[in-house]
Amino acid sequence: MVMLELDRVNIAVDGRPILHDLNLRIESGETHVLFGPNGSGKTSLLMAIMGLSRYQVTSGTIRFQGQDLAGLSIDERARLGMGLVYQRPPTLRGLRLGELAELCAGKSHSATVNNQAEQLHLGPLLQRNVNEGFSGGELKKSELLQLMLRRPKLALIDEPDAGVDLDSLVLVGETIRKVLEQPAADGVAPAGLIITHTGHILHYLCPTASHVLYGGTLVAHAAGAKILADIETYGYGKCPLCRSQIQ
Amino acid sequence: MPIMPITDSVTDAPRSLRDRAMAARQRPASYGPDLDLTQFSKPEARAPVGSLRSLHTQIREAALLAGIDTEEADRAASYFQIDYSVIYQRIQQTYQGQLELMTTQEALQRYDWLRDYWWKAVEVDADKYTAATELDQTGGFFLRVFAGQRVALPIQACLFVQENNISQKVHNLIIMEEGAEAQLITGCTLHPGVREGLHIGVTEVFLKAGATLADTMVHNWAEGFHVRPRTGVIVDAGATFVSNYFLLRPVRSVQAFPNVVLRGEKARAQFHTIMVGMSDSVIDMGARVELLGRGSQAESISRAVARDRSIMYLRGEFMSRDNDSRGHLDCRGMLLSDAACIYAIPELQAIGAPKSELSHEAAVGPIAEDTVEYLMTRGLTRDDAVATLVLGFLKVELPGLPAVVTQQLERVLAATAGRSL
Repeated sequence: MVMLELDRVNIAVDGRPILHDLNLRIESGETHVLFGPNGSGKTSLLMAIMGLSRYQVTSGTIRFQGQDLAGLSIDERARLGMGLVYQRPPTLRGLRLGELAELCAGKSHSATVNNQAEQLHLGPLLQRNVNEGFSGGELKKSELLQLMLRRPKLALIDEPDAGVDLDSLVLVGETIRKVLEQPAADGVAPAGLIITHTGHILHYLCPTASHVLYGGTLVAHAAGAKILADIETYGYGKCPLCRSQIQ
Repeated sequence: MPIMPITDSVTDAPRSLRDRAMAARQRPASYGPDLDLTQFSKPEARAPVGSLRSLHTQIREAALLAGIDTEEADRAASYFQIDYSVIYQRIQQTYQGQLELMTTQEALQRYDWLRDYWWKAVEVDADKYTAATELDQTGGFFLRVFAGQRVALPIQACLFVQENNISQKVHNLIIMEEGAEAQLITGCTLHPGVREGLHIGVTEVFLKAGATLADTMVHNWAEGFHVRPRTGVIVDAGATFVSNYFLLRPVRSVQAFPNVVLRGEKARAQFHTIMVGMSDSVIDMGARVELLGRGSQAESISRAVARDRSIMYLRGEFMSRDNDSRGHLDCRGMLLSDAACIYAIPELQAIGAPKSELSHEAAVGPIAEDTVEYLMTRGLTRDDAVATLVLGFLKVELPGLPAVVTQQLERVLAATAGRSL
């Protein structure tokens, strides 16, 4: 089953075109990785798929399980089974993480919230305002806690390895793997689209395919994560695989 | 204790007070819309009741939303006034001897010395509203907590308006004797059928050395209703005055600027003000604190949400005359409508006290769109996300309140946040 499909998608941010002619197809049970230099529009792509207001799909089609997402609000997309992990989530004063986690889990799942929070070593943070004064690792774990509780069919994860110490990275990586392995709420095998700069998170995941976003479009597609070695050796501009596909 | 319906003024005031009030009858207040006090009518007197449970369900439900528990299960004492008439006053058996609660009329007749407190914390001729209260008082309670007594459960006072278009003009007097501690819940509200009217509430509070009073006031009014509280507080050495104020329903206008004098060493005052402006409400609220005593401290935290066409003024004025005093104003407003206005007006004055520490922070702005969308990515609808964020914005830690009261207020707050969309 095709979980996510982008068909000749163009994206603008605040009205300014930044991404062009994007084509992508992710099947149920697959994990895809998105590479790209700073400012290449990786985060914008995830935000546009999720429907955030600053990010407009100006042409082309995004489909989720075959359904055209055009015109659907953020929460409608979320309720279809899409989940987003922010790289830099906003601070919510007056709302405790525990309260938000229960909203994600549904009110009858307090025990689940506590159990999952303990697994992520987030117990004490449940009583604090969402993201207020959280460290880099705590932010990632808080985001992943919410994702786990929502049990999405499609996980859009933005730089889970950025600003995370090595101890937390293990936990973050294992948690993402768990999210992608656990069946979604309706039993479907979930899919993932994960942004990473460094590739550190790939020590804990076995991606199906990798893609490179460069110069405003997707320039390279390859199985697994082997493209990372090319990028590390040659950089994005001179990576042979990228260049061959650009041509 | 006899229950006396109040149908007319407390007339035993010294001539000079009456003269001053007469002279101020037409004097507008410094702030807020000016009102014509002749437009309101007088209600019928009402008979006392033997139990608050005997009140009509609509009255009991309205009172509950204003923090008044007509079951009295967790209350030390109760005072209930409808329109001009005091219909109920009772001190629970356990708390007899710890406090007094009666009408101010009765208290003035009983204690000559009360004249030393009457109109001493609020100026009788401050404006037409104080003057009208002196000239035509229609009720009000006297509360005294005896020296050294710690009243464990809250005392509650309900000032209820049942008839349309009347003016309720109450004068309350509170004396906390040395070392006394109590929590007071004042619920000011009305019958669902009331659309218009006026409530003037003069409240004079005296805290003797080491006393503590946590005064929680909930105002639930109607779209055509005007409210003019006039509060003065005198705080002696080591005493603490805490004010928690909630305005969570529409009102035509509210204007209040309580004056607190921290005259004793290490006297303290804390204000927590939580307001939602709705429909065409004009809300002008604040606190003025004079920090006179050595080491006196004051803090004011205000949270205001303005929607529809409401206009909100958030004032704060701290004036220090002591080098060791400290004060902080924290004032934040959230705008939920293009037609709503919020004015944040903090003012600090250090007068002959260059080492006093006074500070303020004020912020007014819309609800942050990125926070709304963040919650929507978690599956909340836009309306639910906004309500959740409004509720969070209005959450302020309220010290000195028993959990049962805090939970009750949180329920009211949650309902209001949902309604405020």
